[in-house]
Amino acid sequence: MNDVLDVAIRLVIVFAAFLLLPLIVGQTEHKVMAHMQGRLGPMYVGGFHGWAQLVADGVKFAQKEDIVPAAADRRIFQLAPAVALLPYLLVLVVIPIGPQEGAVGEVVDAGIFFVLAVMGIGVLGSLMAGWASANKFSLLGGLRTAAQLLAYELPMLLTAASVAMAAGTVSLPGVLNAFEWWWVPWQIVGALVFFVAGLAELQRPPFDMPVADSEIIFGAYTEYTGLRFALFMLAEYAGIVVLCGLTTVLFLGGWHGPFGGDDVGWLWTLLKTAVLAFVVIWLRVSYPRLREDQLQKLAWTVLIPLALAQIALTGIVKVVIQ
Amino acid sequence: MTPLAAGPGFLSPTGVEIAFVLVGLVTLGAAVITVTTRQLVHAALWLVVALGGLAIEYLLLTAEFIAWVQVLIYVGSVVVLLLFGLMLTKAPIGRSPDADSENRWVALAVAVTAAVALVWVVVDAFRTTWIELDGPAQGSTEVSGQFLFRHWVLPFEALSVLLLAALIGAIVLSRKSGKEQR
Repeated sequence: MNDVLDVAIRLVIVFAAFLLLPLIVGQTEHKVMAHMQGRLGPMYVGGFHGWAQLVADGVKFAQKEDIVPAAADRRIFQLAPAVALLPYLLVLVVIPIGPQEGAVGEVVDAGIFFVLAVMGIGVLGSLMAGWASANKFSLLGGLRTAAQLLAYELPMLLTAASVAMAAGTVSLPGVLNAFEWWWVPWQIVGALVFFVAGLAELQRPPFDMPVADSEIIFGAYTEYTGLRFALFMLAEYAGIVVLCGLTTVLFLGGWHGPFGGDDVGWLWTLLKTAVLAFVVIWLRVSYPRLREDQLQKLAWTVLIPLALAQIALTGIVKVVIQ
Repeated sequence: MTPLAAGPGFLSPTGVEIAFVLVGLVTLGAAVITVTTRQLVHAALWLVVALGGLAIEYLLLTAEFIAWVQVLIYVGSVVVLLLFGLMLTKAPIGRSPDADSENRWVALAVAVTAAVALVWVVVDAFRTTWIELDGPAQGSTEVSGQFLFRHWVLPFEALSVLLLAALIGAIVLSRKSGKEQR
């Protein structure tokens, strides 16, 4: 019975983190973007610097009418937000946060494969939304999403494989146990490729061609209203948390830190994740959107060769140090 | 795997076995809908259910690595490619009555033949073996890797060469048609 309770508590904690962290990232995005653009951002809701703005937004979304277009494919249209959101919850379960035994929701033997596989499913939600909306802009958004995913899945996989080679394991806690500080310079190219490819998979700027508002309104999510729209938004921010957490675990040593023992390991994980999330927001404010051909060119002619080079380097170093 | 002595029988199934059969039925149902539905995109999405069901079957057999690779390759890439293709052809919402090559019976014959051959081969090959699910995982990444690269290296390499050939062939074909268009 104790085991069941233990698992239940962990899942509840992960679920709480899943609901809370994306909101924090969202609120940070409001504020960081505002300050980078020389304005204040939301200031009134909740008193201190508008901290409750996202809660108010949530209430607003919940009040709105849930509209399904007459020509849409009802069931798929309604199912799509769940398909987009749930995979990120599943990924969050396996990300280890500290060195202790219980500092991960659930240990998965082939963790790297699990997270990449499940993250790939999330994109199905966008595709379903794009097609089922019966809207040209949505369809275009869906097409662009698919093209983008196909191009950027490969470099992500290759760089993750590089880390797996270095650690000699595909389990996420295993990677962290094998981690040494000099892995950071050793795998730095892979880390950059992974992070950039992950941004593209999340459709975050500068890779937000699939939702480019000045061209196709809001891509696959154009027809969505109310809570379902909010779920897509939540998926985007949960995606940021998951991507930054994964980059931290795979490339930046997770709970390893320059000082402080294992007890503050979880703090290091959160800190690194937060810094990466800040970078994600920073990129949104500072980079112009890439055109579709530039997107494809970046993936196939820059990221994939770099990822392959990283794998070659990993292999060479691995053989030399053995 | 240990030979089936007077061991487990079929009459007192364990929870895992029951789950295996149930998931198998769902997978089969999804597969049948995939090939019979008249709505193109629905067919692709039912294919997701069928492929995901297969992944769960692998999981139940403790072949975790194979399960995740199944999801990664088939659900994450192949189905996305399929949907991409369907969207390019403007698959309509609702039924597509013209999406029928009228090869129904031939296709059924081919499918049944292939299924019979596969089932027969598998049953014949593994007739007396029993996978012990309670012990250490037999399909973990480590075990799969050791089997693949100790005992099956040659088929593995042969397959990679075959895939490489297919890849090059695809590139050659697509470049050729590109020139003709100009």
